[in-house]
Amino acid sequence: MSVKPAMPLKERMKHAIADETLIEAVKKTTDRLEGGKLASSEALGNWQEWREQGSRIRSHVVQHLDYYLGQLIQNVKKRGGHVHIADTAEHAVQIFLDITKQKNAKSVLKSKSMVSEEVHLNKALEEIGVKVLESDLGEYIIQLFGEAPSHIIIPAIHKNRYQIADKFSAISGEQISEDTPTLTAFARRKLRQEFLEADIGVSGCNFAIAESGSIVMFTNEGNGRMVTTLPPVHVAFMGMERLLPSFEDLETFVNLLPRSATGQKITSYVSVINGPRKEEDLDGAQEFHLIIVDNGRSNILGDDEFQEVLNCIRCGACLNVCPVYRHIGGHAYGDVYPGPIGAVITPLLRDDMKVWGDLPYASSLCGACTDACPVKIPLHDMLVHLRARKVKLGLTPGWERMAFRMYRGSFANPGRYRLSMRAAKLMVPFMAKDGYIEKGPLHMLGWTNARHFPSPAPQSFREKWAQLSAELEGPKGGDSK
Amino acid sequence: MNVSLFITCLADTFYPNVGESTVRLLDRLGVRADFPEGQTCCGQPAFNSGYRDEARDVAKTLIESFEKSEYVVGPSGSCIGMIHHYYPLLFEGDSRWEERAKKFVSKSFELSQFIVNVLGKQDLGARMNAKVTYHPSCHAMRLMGIKHEPLALLQNVQGLELVDLPFAEDCCGFGGTFAVKMHEVSGAMVAEKAEHVKETNAEILVGTDMGCLMNIGGRLRYEGAPVRVMHVAELLWEGVKS
Repeated sequence: MSVKPAMPLKERMKHAIADETLIEAVKKTTDRLEGGKLASSEALGNWQEWREQGSRIRSHVVQHLDYYLGQLIQNVKKRGGHVHIADTAEHAVQIFLDITKQKNAKSVLKSKSMVSEEVHLNKALEEIGVKVLESDLGEYIIQLFGEAPSHIIIPAIHKNRYQIADKFSAISGEQISEDTPTLTAFARRKLRQEFLEADIGVSGCNFAIAESGSIVMFTNEGNGRMVTTLPPVHVAFMGMERLLPSFEDLETFVNLLPRSATGQKITSYVSVINGPRKEEDLDGAQEFHLIIVDNGRSNILGDDEFQEVLNCIRCGACLNVCPVYRHIGGHAYGDVYPGPIGAVITPLLRDDMKVWGDLPYASSLCGACTDACPVKIPLHDMLVHLRARKVKLGLTPGWERMAFRMYRGSFANPGRYRLSMRAAKLMVPFMAKDGYIEKGPLHMLGWTNARHFPSPAPQSFREKWAQLSAELEGPKGGDSK
Repeated sequence: MNVSLFITCLADTFYPNVGESTVRLLDRLGVRADFPEGQTCCGQPAFNSGYRDEARDVAKTLIESFEKSEYVVGPSGSCIGMIHHYYPLLFEGDSRWEERAKKFVSKSFELSQFIVNVLGKQDLGARMNAKVTYHPSCHAMRLMGIKHEPLALLQNVQGLELVDLPFAEDCCGFGGTFAVKMHEVSGAMVAEKAEHVKETNAEILVGTDMGCLMNIGGRLRYEGAPVRVMHVAELLWEGVKS
């Protein structure tokens, strides 16, 4: 799907930085999540070993994806479920619309699913007049605001409770106070009615278990269980790579995922769904569909530099530690997946460096994301690889290419390096004050908007060296042997 | 022991005092260092911006200039991190350069790492009566795994009061060309870092990397905050010579 953000990245960032309410809300929650994650992972004791194990399992699955997908499909069918493979976002939506039509469905109830966000399911349903309601509290809130999620785990991270109370008051016509229990109770009351009326329930899939044909969901609100059991039809959207070989492997991720995502030892609910309701079952949907979505993922398979990104379990840990994310929030990234993981997978999934090639620059390459990732994806390395790809495709500005050609010209040649350093120094007296440049020309401008820049020292180290070396060679050269 | 100094382009041009403190400190520890003049830069600005060919040519110049050295020591976790983390990748499969790059990697050390782990010294006999806070640079900490070395050196400075920097491990927003290319968000990040530095009421901010210190120091000066910014080598040398 050709998706283009309305504004360039720099503009989106500028807007976000200027929105103090948004940044304050994001910082507050990410700090809490990061702290919770550290506490709960340290308490586990051997966190690094769990990460190793997680990385190993995910890499194994991704390397043998065809095998495990085959096994999963076979086992889901054996349990009486329907399996659909969608190559593109449009294809995934079409499959869903066909099911809707076939069931003559009027209303769809959703539990949080990043893949359904990725394919823009809600928009398609609204266009054909099918009512779609988000049942996850965070998703419900941003649906009321007409917005997209801005965090993988906490979709409404950018809203504070005063904004939410105002919105709830506006839709209900009564004054709702901003304390959390009241807000939650209001949403629950509103949503409960809808649960009973929905024709189709839509969920995501944290993991699919190949050997059993089950799908597994981690949730905290209980809404996931309602969505997957109350409506007569349950449709699960699954990213093509979200597989684990067996339940034994799930144990690793029961430990890794909630801790990385929310700092919990385990979520309130871990639901395992094994196809549609059987005759002896007390509850469950009568019909189960699994839509396996490729949408650019197979482009990444077999690519040495990026294949490991398919190990991602969408926990959001990299967002919570990313200083850039914390200063701009999720929407500035321009697409469904924000933060470091988004900066890596959006250009890859969209397969369009022309439109999305600026995202990999939204990082200072500090490496906090790589450190936080529970399955050890080297995100900051991938950001550098993507930048190299952009250069290779000739998509960087001409002045920048020229600048790095000049850099090579002087820095790969010590004689010329000395000359250009001296030339730069000649410029400085016109700009500097007390050894600092407070307002510089052209590209200095960005720097000097927020800080002063030092002027080159009157004498460089290499210019001092002869004297320094002679002094140390002398008889009083310290207590050297 | 044949030790060569890698002074880094930033220290050479803007902060020769860091280089001088490094060489004097090593001399005091009984290590006579040389300075191969063919060195310029590790290539990180080009590499991180995606210009691999350009970075490779600059990296070759650096490798060649240290070919004869037994140890290479530099006062920057970021530049040494570039060498350790990315030189093997940069020369992968290059029959002429792969081995030379690997050899260079194995003999390169960041200054505090060299003093503590190779020379085995933590107490350099330095004294300084000052309240100091320490910013752990991302690349020293995450690419090189240097966490306790600079702290061990600082903790052994007599009279020095070391106070914790809140949110110490958050990036200061420098990131090389990031500070220019994404200057709005970089500016917001360094403003937050400067806030945390001021909260400590420390007189001196110390670090192991002049990139970060140029950024944070530039912000503190912009705000008119009276905090002195020093590289760990400068602080130690000042404490040793007095």
